[in-house]
This record gives sequence, structure tokens and C-alpha cells, in this order.
Amino acid sequence: MIRVGLPAHLRTLAHLDGEVTLHVDGPITQRSILDAIEARYPMLRGTMRDHVTQRRRAFVRFFACGEDLSNEQPDNLLPEAVAIGAEPFLVVGAIAGG
Amino acid sequence: MSAIRLLVGTRKGAFVLTSDGKRRQWDISSPHFAGWEVYHLKGSPVDPNRLFASQSSGWFGQVIQCSKDGGKTWEPGGNDFKYAGTPGTHLWYDGTPHPWEFKRVWHLEPSLTDPESVYAGAEDASLFRSADGGRTWQELAGLRGHPSGPKWQPGAGGMCLHTIILDPSDPRRMFIAISAAGVFRTDDAGETWRPMNRGLRSDFMPDPTAEVGHCVHRIAMHRFRPGVLFMQKHWDVMRSDDAGESWKEVSGSLPSDFGFPVHVHAHEPETIYVVPIKSDSEHFPPEGKLRVYRSRTGGNEWEALTNGLPQRDCYVNVLRGAMAVDSLEPCGVYFGTTGGQVYGSADAGDKWEPIVRDLPAVLSVEAQTLP
Repeated sequence: MIRVGLPAHLRTLAHLDGEVTLHVDGPITQRSILDAIEARYPMLRGTMRDHVTQRRRAFVRFFACGEDLSNEQPDNLLPEAVAIGAEPFLVVGAIAGG
Repeated sequence: MSAIRLLVGTRKGAFVLTSDGKRRQWDISSPHFAGWEVYHLKGSPVDPNRLFASQSSGWFGQVIQCSKDGGKTWEPGGNDFKYAGTPGTHLWYDGTPHPWEFKRVWHLEPSLTDPESVYAGAEDASLFRSADGGRTWQELAGLRGHPSGPKWQPGAGGMCLHTIILDPSDPRRMFIAISAAGVFRTDDAGETWRPMNRGLRSDFMPDPTAEVGHCVHRIAMHRFRPGVLFMQKHWDVMRSDDAGESWKEVSGSLPSDFGFPVHVHAHEPETIYVVPIKSDSEHFPPEGKLRVYRSRTGGNEWEALTNGLPQRDCYVNVLRGAMAVDSLEPCGVYFGTTGGQVYGSADAGDKWEPIVRDLPAVLSVEAQTLP
């Protein structure tokens, strides 16, 4: 199972507590994980990536295994630790403000 | 006994304020959608417990929330606001072409007859409709497709479609207002649109009387007299007696004719309210005195309403969507400020009291009169 950490506002929107665990078919990529999350929680569609372009929203970042993966291609394979559920895939609201 | 429900959108969530018909004691809800900007909430005239809310954030985009129990519980609706066809471009601040990009919903206007139908006014300026209670949205692309569309430019607050008025006497007619394009009217349920800006003058424009390009801040109509409209423009308060075909200035004795909201008394079509603001570069009341101005003559002659409002050291703003009236007798008037106060008057503006003082900056106020 894949583990996904969502930011607090999106957990509230999806009526979730804590980490999400998902079964994801096929290669474990940003796209396949987001597809699986949006399929289970349709209210999250459009909140992490654009409906039309499927590009990551500017102030949403993706992390795993201590690395910023935000600018990786969406179909690149994620680290093995994410694929086997040892580490979570983290969706993070960027720190922005001042 | 009647009751009043105020729907208040703020920079950090939505609040539902309720009172009985006396309008003295108010219950303030805890924040809904805490931490998100809520530009607008509005209830269906057909079923007042059907509420729609526009929730948005710079991080996570647009969410539409729907309630069927008067705001006690909410469920997310659809948020796929897709422009019809190839979107094309409008003009950017510097006059260069810029692609149309959906940013947020500024205004939600439920149908006067169908509880499942609701309109959404969006930034970049566009009009959407849902026929299934907010689950899916389709653009009424005739508006953005108007020949002037590629020349529309944003105002300082973005290029927003901020006002939608449905004509209660003609289900095919509606009015919308865009900053900074102006007023448009459809007489065929949104298929085609005509600019309704004759008589407006905006000296900051190359052609001050151009057909489009005016920064209209708000328009208002009395439901029993849909041919008469009132407008608070960037500067100037205006009225139209021919359903928007032409406008004349009625700023008259106002201390400043800059401002954002304009509203009409629930029972007196010639009684209107505005909140003068010092200028477009100083968004606070003149002299630090928060004054609502009321005209009982449909404009030109204005009286300051100050009883209960701060008359010194007050530097808040009242945004375009942040004024509402109820339909009790006497008419209740309400407005919210960027300082987080919501003021109410149970006697048409003669006396005011703060209903709540310390909310986040108020973006919108709507009043529902419940049986």
C-alpha cells in the first residue's frame, strides 16, 4: 500500500484524519498516486493540480524520502521506499507569505 | 416568528449569524472552511436552506460548498470551471494580450425559481451555470465571446465578474458587472449580451465614455422595479431608469462618490445606501468617520447615517459584496468591514449596532429573511 500525507486543509476538505493509504495499480509515479487519490476523494480534484493541464498548482509541493520531487516529471518513478510503503508521499502547501 | 440569517464571507472562513425577528441578539457560528477565503455565500430564494459558498485559496484553488440545511453541514460541489472552446486572450495590465485563466468565483447567484440552478461569476471575467445543484458547471460563453472581450482589462482587484442580478419579471434577462469592463445585459438567458454603459464617464480611460472598460464596482436593483438600477462605480454613483440602456449620475451631496457597495431598501425602491470611501488610493472613510449614506429620493440628496458607527479614527473599508438588507418591517440593513466588524440596523439605517466586532476581514454579507 502507498502512504500519502496531505496538508491539513485538504484533509479537512476530504473529511480525513491522518495519513491516507492507497492501493495504486502499475508504476508508482506522481500521476498514478494523484489519480488514485482523486478517484477515492473526488472533492480533491483541482486542488493539487489543474483540471485541464494536470500541472501541479504553483503552491503545492511534493516530497518523499527527504527530497523535493515537485519538479520531477509526473510519470517518473518515485523512490522504491514510497512504492513499498516504507515512506509516505507528502503533498505539502508551500510556505508562502511574509 | 421570522428570523434572520446572515451569511458572512471573510478572508479566513465563513460565518453564519442568526437572530430572531427582533434582531437584537445574534448567534455567531464557528468558522466554516476555516483558513480559506470565502468570497461569497448565498441562499436559494426557492429553498432558503439550500446555500452555496465559494471557498478558495492561493494554494489549493477553488472549491464550491453546498448546504441543504441552512449551513449546519456542507458538502463540496464541483470545481471544474472550464472555459468553453479555445479561451483566447484578453488584455493584461500593460495592454498586451493575456490568456484567459480561471482564478476564483466571486459571486454565486441561485436561480429565482429552481433550487438546483445557480450562476457563478468568476475571475477572469466569465459566467458559469450549474443545473445540478453545484455539481457541474458550464460556461455561458456568449458573454466572454462578446466582440469586446479580447479588449477587457483587469481592475486593481483582478478581472472579476462580481455582480449577477436576475430580473424577477423576465427569466431571460439578467445583468452582470465586471471590473473593469462594465455592465452587460442579456435578454435571451445568457446566449448573447450587450454592454450597458451609456452615460458612464471614466476619466482614467483614453476614451472616457467608451462602450466598455468602466470599473463598475456594484449594481443593485429593487425586485419590484427591475427597470431601475443603481450603480457604485470606481468614482460616481449612477442610476438607470431604462434597465441599463442609459445612466445618469446621482452622486449629489455625497462627501465622496468613490466606494464599493450600493444597495436598495427592501420596501422602498427609491431608498438606497452607499458607503463613501475617500479615494481609489485611500480605501477608508473620509475623515476617519464610518458613515452609511442613505438617499430616499433615488440619489442626489443624501443623508449621513452615523448613530452607532465609529465617528473617529476609523480606517476600514466596506467591500462591494459586503452590504445586504432583510425584508422585515422595518427593513434591516447590514454591512461588514475589512476590520472584521459586521454592523446591523433594525430600522433602515437610523441606528446601528455591531453584531460582531472581530471577524477576519469581511468580503461579503448576504441576508436571508426566514419564516
